[in-house]
Amino acid sequence: MRKIFWNRLLQAALVAWGVGTLTFVMMRSLPGDMAYRIAAGRYGYDNVTAAAAESVRTELGLDQPAVVQYFNWLGDLLTFRLGHTMVSGAPVIGEVQHQLGHSALLAFVALFFSILIALPLGIFTAFRQGGWLDRGTLFVSSLLRSLPVFVVGLVLILLFALELRWFPVAGFGSVRHLVLPALALALTLAAVSSRVVHESTYQVLQSGYYQFARLKGLDNTAVFMRHGLRNMLVPVVAFMGVQLITLIEGIVMLESLFSWPGIGHGLAHAIFARDIPMIQGAALVMGLAFVVLNALIDLVCYSLDPRSQLT
Amino acid sequence: MQGTCKTPFALSPPVLPSAPIRPVLLLYAALVVTSLVAGVASSGVQGNPDKDVLSISAPFEFTSHDPAKDGYIYSRMQVAETLTQANTQGEVQPLLATEWHVDNGHKTWTLTLRDGVTFHDGSPMDAVAVANSLNIAFAKPGPLQKAPIVGISAEGGKVVIKLEKPYSPLLATLAHYSTVILAPTAYDEAQQAIAIQATGPYQVEEFAPPHKLRVRQFAGYWGGRPGIVAAEYLTGHRAESRALQAKSGQADIVYTLDPASLNLLERESTVTVHSDHIPRTILVKVNSGHPFLKDVKARQALSLAIDRTGISNSIIRVPGSEANQLVPSALADWHVKALPPASQNREKAKQLLMELGWQDSESGTLVRDSQPFELTLITYADRPELTVVATALQAQWQELGVKVNVSVGNSSDIPRMHQDGSLELALIARNFGLIPDPLAVIQADFADAKGGDWGGMNWDNAEVRELLTRLPEETDPAAYRQASQRVAGILAESLPLIPVTFYTQQTAVNQRVKNFRFDPFERSYFISEMELAQ
Repeated sequence: MRKIFWNRLLQAALVAWGVGTLTFVMMRSLPGDMAYRIAAGRYGYDNVTAAAAESVRTELGLDQPAVVQYFNWLGDLLTFRLGHTMVSGAPVIGEVQHQLGHSALLAFVALFFSILIALPLGIFTAFRQGGWLDRGTLFVSSLLRSLPVFVVGLVLILLFALELRWFPVAGFGSVRHLVLPALALALTLAAVSSRVVHESTYQVLQSGYYQFARLKGLDNTAVFMRHGLRNMLVPVVAFMGVQLITLIEGIVMLESLFSWPGIGHGLAHAIFARDIPMIQGAALVMGLAFVVLNALIDLVCYSLDPRSQLT
Repeated sequence: MQGTCKTPFALSPPVLPSAPIRPVLLLYAALVVTSLVAGVASSGVQGNPDKDVLSISAPFEFTSHDPAKDGYIYSRMQVAETLTQANTQGEVQPLLATEWHVDNGHKTWTLTLRDGVTFHDGSPMDAVAVANSLNIAFAKPGPLQKAPIVGISAEGGKVVIKLEKPYSPLLATLAHYSTVILAPTAYDEAQQAIAIQATGPYQVEEFAPPHKLRVRQFAGYWGGRPGIVAAEYLTGHRAESRALQAKSGQADIVYTLDPASLNLLERESTVTVHSDHIPRTILVKVNSGHPFLKDVKARQALSLAIDRTGISNSIIRVPGSEANQLVPSALADWHVKALPPASQNREKAKQLLMELGWQDSESGTLVRDSQPFELTLITYADRPELTVVATALQAQWQELGVKVNVSVGNSSDIPRMHQDGSLELALIARNFGLIPDPLAVIQADFADAKGGDWGGMNWDNAEVRELLTRLPEETDPAAYRQASQRVAGILAESLPLIPVTFYTQQTAVNQRVKNFRFDPFERSYFISEMELAQ
């Protein structure tokens, strides 16, 4: 337990340094002039001129050597300061908090919906291996996974916003704005996780210990609850950790489609504008979120699987 | 025993345990139904839930309170006002300044302010506050900085602007969104705007950058109470999302529709699509110092090879938007009516290039001195039609024997590559109505021998330079028109920029919105003039 904690803490520190350094190096290596990019981000394409770019360069000290700027950033990071965005001038921490809040809400609700869909479907189809529902879900899962998430979003918009007019097309600020993006993301996530649940449950059902438990005379409920559920959950929970990548990827796409003010969208725009403090801040927070979530998943697996507690 | 044990006899297939599953299924069903019902109930099975709020969707993001960066959103949402405004013909009209006079050889402007105007914070708008606001705007990049101003001050309750030399576009510059007047309390010590305490009929109620701005009517507005109580601006990044917002009724007004969405919306009975000309032109910026392009015949050949009608009908989807000159007819002083319409003539284009020594080759690309006629055209994706028009030009010039490589980058690449001299061709959308008098834009584009960031490049014409130096000091309207017409004529003939099409803004308006009106200078959404049918 303690080992998990220390390992993850070390990992977090490495991620913070690595992500920040990598984004700094990558943004610096891109062709083009940062001052011009930032001026375009600030003043819009009608007003980006050489004069605006020079005023940005002077104001932000972009004419300093890259090494000086890098160590300034590293010094700030050690004192937990993320600086100000180069485009709006607002503190990065405030922007990230605002955006991360919206993304976390969307991610959490989507994950919750995906579990609601995947768990019963996966378990049920494992008990009816090869049945019509199993084959049907396999087909729908493949279909959903092969579509980009924004297409799933568009289909939901066409159906629920345009035809039925139950939910708004885009926007944020109320529960009804959350439903369609969360559902689009949940469907994409559940497409794969329902099959992982299915496989994991099926493996458990076919295992010797499960069959032995049945042979010794336990009723179906007791067999599943005592010998099935916990065993099938370990790979499922571990897979959810892997799925966080899909979650983040989906959020970036959907936030743009649904005008959702999240961190994925913020990061994409910061990259267009070469807003390095914002990119570093957003990437740092996302990197650390990965570490924390993976640590949580480790802890859940640790408590689910008694074998890991022996070592 | 674990996992590998084989049973010596056959077991029946595992059975789904019913006892724990049933309550779980019930719980699931309850959760799904509850969330759906909650969502549907809160939406009222309608597009726009709030009947009193005008909902506006457009692609422009805002990030700050700074008028230099995001003033357009406060100006359009009628939160902030400028000293002057423009009518649809581009004529300067009073707004917060009611009258003005100029003396000292057209170098000192004295502006009288409107009486009884209060800021949203309750403080009165006086000359000191206005001068403070203008001085802050003058220190930031924007059109005001380009004016030859030596001082802005409050004198005897009036605002006095002193110039180094006469500058006729000054009043038009004061209509630009970066010069909106804010209360002194809107700025911090570093003179950064931290709030929008302005004078408009609406005040900010919710500021959630970069996506949402909600405004509510300001009871103390000098012009009386507007009909619409509140309005909401939502940034819609994707053109298809915006079109769907219009179709579903979630947004009452959707600005900047893409051509592909027009058919969808024209079939919708609750939505009217308005098409309005705006003083913006799609054009090709040419490096006239490039060995292939420095002769006017080469630029004329490229212009003659363009199928503008095809681009207007199939890409822009507004027939009749072919551009035969830079400035559209709405800005009458700078538009030469007598010019013939632009037409494609590939044979003549080819002949012009042959006269310059270019010859056909086996590869299909023209060759001169064993050099192929190959150029790079850069453009940017902020306006989605630009990339499509770029590939159309690529195909049309290929037929002429000119190979063009299209590179899509960031808008800032245009001024950057202009400055470092690496630009060859660039497809841009130039806004000549940035301020209501296009002189400031044209001056920035052509008054210098090196050209302007968004204007000519290495193209120098002594007469144009002389006229553009003289025009800001010209006070006689007839003489002004004569000179501006001459400049427009030379530009159309010499083609330092090759015009392609004029812009038409497409706006979807829900039928519940009454008195909709479009501002070609995109300064205001005129919310205070509209009404919502109940």
